[in-house]
Amino acid sequence: MKSGQASPAAAIGQIKRNWGLYLLLLPAVVLTLLFAYKPMYGVLIAFKNYSPALGIDGSPWAGFKYFDKFFNSYQFSNTIKNTLIISVYSLITFPIPIILALMVNQMRPNRFRRFFQTVSYMPHFISTVVMVGLMMILLSPSTGLVGNLYSLFGGEAPDLMGSTSLFSSVYVWSDVWQHVGWDSIIFIAALSSVDPSLYEAATVDGASRWNKVRYIDIPMLMPTAITLLILRVGGLLGVGFEKVYLMQNDLNITSSEILSTYVYKIGLLSSQYSFSSAINLFNTVINFILLIMVNQLSKKLSENSLW
Amino acid sequence: MGVLEPAASKRTGKIKNNRSSDSVMEIIMYVIAILFLIILIYPLYFIVIASFSDPSAVAGGKVWLFPSGFTLDGYQELLRHKNIWIGYRNTILYTVVGTAIGLVVNISAAYALSRKDLAGRKILSLFFIFTMFFNGGLIPTFLTIRDFHMYDTFLVMVLPFSVGVYNIIVARTFFQTSLPGDLWEAAQIDGCGNLRYFLQIVLPLSKAIIAVLGLWIAVGYWNSYFNALIYLKNPNMYPLQLILRNILITNQMQSGMGSGEAAQIALRLANMMRYSVIIIATVPIMCVYPFVQKYFNQGVMIGAVKE
Repeated sequence: MKSGQASPAAAIGQIKRNWGLYLLLLPAVVLTLLFAYKPMYGVLIAFKNYSPALGIDGSPWAGFKYFDKFFNSYQFSNTIKNTLIISVYSLITFPIPIILALMVNQMRPNRFRRFFQTVSYMPHFISTVVMVGLMMILLSPSTGLVGNLYSLFGGEAPDLMGSTSLFSSVYVWSDVWQHVGWDSIIFIAALSSVDPSLYEAATVDGASRWNKVRYIDIPMLMPTAITLLILRVGGLLGVGFEKVYLMQNDLNITSSEILSTYVYKIGLLSSQYSFSSAINLFNTVINFILLIMVNQLSKKLSENSLW
Repeated sequence: MGVLEPAASKRTGKIKNNRSSDSVMEIIMYVIAILFLIILIYPLYFIVIASFSDPSAVAGGKVWLFPSGFTLDGYQELLRHKNIWIGYRNTILYTVVGTAIGLVVNISAAYALSRKDLAGRKILSLFFIFTMFFNGGLIPTFLTIRDFHMYDTFLVMVLPFSVGVYNIIVARTFFQTSLPGDLWEAAQIDGCGNLRYFLQIVLPLSKAIIAVLGLWIAVGYWNSYFNALIYLKNPNMYPLQLILRNILITNQMQSGMGSGEAAQIALRLANMMRYSVIIIATVPIMCVYPFVQKYFNQGVMIGAVKE
């Protein structure tokens, strides 16, 4: 009898015996149904002329009207371009936490290493609001640290928070500053699981430290890195709302309006529910397709995949 | 022996060679590490000393290593802001209750999913994971919350988003790798049911993962402003971050307007307050995390690396 190929009767027996486990699952299942799956049904309003009085089911169908409206609006190419610029730019910084992890792994396990790690995680705990507030203060050309630095060397500081051309750089590099230490944890973990006898064997063979990094550490990190990379690409159009929204101002708006902030403004600030949902759905679908494509590709190339 | 000697000496020669290149690499690495530390720490340190300094000294670029013109005016100004203390209270409330709910929901679901003898395990996992990649989006979720009459209530701040699929995956992996299957079998033979086993044996053995998830969830609640921005109307229920946003970011535009001496003084105070508000909002969470940090190795690392 193979236990893997359980018959329905055996399955029912198993469910009866393990009813406690289903009880443990119940809260999470109920909450997910109510707050994740029920809104999925609400996605229908993207294809309807939603009116609150009529409800989702009662509202008349609109077909692809709101998708057309979005594709033909001047915000279409602009928001997509901005979203892509920011997310591809962030993607390029993906190896930085890996480099940091390789470095930490080379440090002897002593006080310096512990201090280094503690400090490098620290900025991760700053909230987005405080982070953007910090950036406004420090990057201010008149009163901030950057302004002071420039005037120390007799230069004129650029207005980093109010620049359209520098918006993506400010966004991405401040993100690297804040999260690089934290993001490296997972790679440090992967490195800590390397069998020490590999290093010993390499030492006997006369490998230098650099060789060990190159031929042991980096290959060991690849599966983790690829998995995370797939997830990142799957969220390519999903650049976080929070930080961009807080960083937006009248000066940088042409390069800081991204899909998620646009969805928020159209939907909640000007109450065009159907239009906003259509933009959101477009965004989700593209991400989903990207995720599947990248996963497929990675399966072929490296036998790493999410499912 | 004699035959082996030349080879052996060649080898030691090579190792010596590597030693010198290794120490060069080591020096370079530590130099980079120290530079990196400075880049991470200095902005934070600057905020601390700026909060104790005369604002005109800060703006004039006189504050670099030590506070200049020591003053506590910023902190005093903060004490007068009732909103901040209301926000503080609310945030503590949301964080404590939200974290408790989140831990119960996620840990129990993760444990159930970690059991190989759970019938329907694959489907149940997919049920959760699917929500990571597809969701209703902003407006349908908003409408759902309103249909449930949760808009502008305490409940909306602690319940709807308490299922964290990523948390469940990490905890599930932790349970799979760190609890030996024999333990459950032994308990079963002794007549122990699933629930009692979970409460009396699993939980006490899982302090690391509980601490780590607890920290993640708590930091999330402590730092979040987006849900409050969307789902709360009553200012008396605003969490700290939303109030900080008004002080740090939105007000920036207003305080810049107007002229004259009164406006100048107001602007100065507002600037000082920004530094001190950053400190008081960030210090609590920074104080907690080093205590939990030791669990990162045992908890997250096992959980996050594989799968």
